[in-house]
Amino acid sequence: MSNKESTSKTIIVAFLLCIVCSIVVSASVVLLKPIQEKNKALNLKTNILAAAGLLVDGASADEIETLFLTIKPQLVDLDTGEYVDPSVVGKEVALDYDQRKAAKDPALSAVLGGDLDIASIKRRVKYAKVYLVEAKGKTETIILPVSGYGLWSTLHGFLALEGDANTVVGLGFYEHAETPGLGGEVDNPRWKAFWPGKKVYNLEQGDAPVIKLLKGSVDNSKPNAEYSVDGLSGATLTSRGITNLVQFWTGEQGFKKYLNRLRKEA
Amino acid sequence: MSDHSIKDVLFGPIATNNPIALQILGICSALAVTTSMQLSLVMGVAVAFVCGMSNLLISTIRSQIPSSIRIIVQMTIIASLVIVVDQILRAYAYEMSKQLSVFVGLIITNCIVMGRAEAFAMQNKPAISFVDGVGNGLGYLVLLIAVAFFRELFGAGKLFGVEILATVNDGGWYVPNGLLLLPPSAFFIIGLIIWALRGWKKDQVEAEEYKISAHTVKEAF
Repeated sequence: MSNKESTSKTIIVAFLLCIVCSIVVSASVVLLKPIQEKNKALNLKTNILAAAGLLVDGASADEIETLFLTIKPQLVDLDTGEYVDPSVVGKEVALDYDQRKAAKDPALSAVLGGDLDIASIKRRVKYAKVYLVEAKGKTETIILPVSGYGLWSTLHGFLALEGDANTVVGLGFYEHAETPGLGGEVDNPRWKAFWPGKKVYNLEQGDAPVIKLLKGSVDNSKPNAEYSVDGLSGATLTSRGITNLVQFWTGEQGFKKYLNRLRKEA
Repeated sequence: MSDHSIKDVLFGPIATNNPIALQILGICSALAVTTSMQLSLVMGVAVAFVCGMSNLLISTIRSQIPSSIRIIVQMTIIASLVIVVDQILRAYAYEMSKQLSVFVGLIITNCIVMGRAEAFAMQNKPAISFVDGVGNGLGYLVLLIAVAFFRELFGAGKLFGVEILATVNDGGWYVPNGLLLLPPSAFFIIGLIIWALRGWKKDQVEAEEYKISAHTVKEAF
């Protein structure tokens, strides 16, 4: 055993090292998991509130939790546009449904055909989780989860619409990996400020989504100004990705039926 | 083995023996994270921590490591430390870790960490090895911050996320230089820094490997 180059010594050292390292690594993962989960959940809630324009600057974690309680999650069957009970996805409350996990689950999602998949998300869920802000029994804001491919990454975010299921309240992404300073400008508050007040559908001409990002800035004297948003300069592909993902999720494969239903009921 | 003084080992890597500028190691992450000062700071601190700890641990068990598996042993220790750092960042600096994303994990492949383990920690006592690891981490950090200063200031008009030059996008006058936010610009800046450093410390200039000799044949035209 005195010879450190011997085979037995080599095996012992390797074995001990592996044991020690695996204990350290597992301990750090297990011990920090609850805090990480909390961070993730809080980040999601912050973004939902931000999209709906409910977030106050510098709100603390507790304030965000309280604000979030005023929002009602609901599950929507994308093919019928009707609300479904959370038991359909095996959950007790709609809040527990993880839409991103469901998008990978063959039982809860389906592969999208090439032509339909304009947002390049490959699989679409059957049930989506929307969040509603209600006041005096009326729906004030509808917050829809959206996702789609930009230049480098899939952007995940929320699109909030007013009770008329057409006017945009806000759009924000909570997860993306676009180029900082170019495509990453999707997080810039000045760009986000272009969204509120825009319209997704031109209801006089049918119910297909018409909203899109332009190259350059929107000329407000043009008739289409209401349906156009400034593109991100230097980020043509990210801008195109955002047009695609917004059109996808407000289109036939997305929330169109659901939004049509809301509009009729309103 | 007391020919290393703590001061030299700790501060030497900052200017005289900078891991990026002289040894040209760790360039990959230097290109990726230097778009903002804040990211560079976190990344530099993470590397300094991993480098110091890995040097300390490897040096402690250096007499037990069989030479046939020493690289694997070093890698295992470094990788474990990096995972721990990544987990801590995710728990306590969620925003940062989101932006650094994969680059924290890639500290494992950062040549500086491995290089110091193999070149220094395997031959020296634990305490001085720890100082050496931290020193090299500091050298990396200083260069990262220097590169990030130029990239963030001229690419986004900000320093540590605070606006310095009001950009056109935010209604100001400064038209940001988009190139500076893309990885190639870090090459230019690192190159210029190396040039400046070698102008200042002439002993860092490498001897030329060959000399272009004068023409011996007269061209026809």
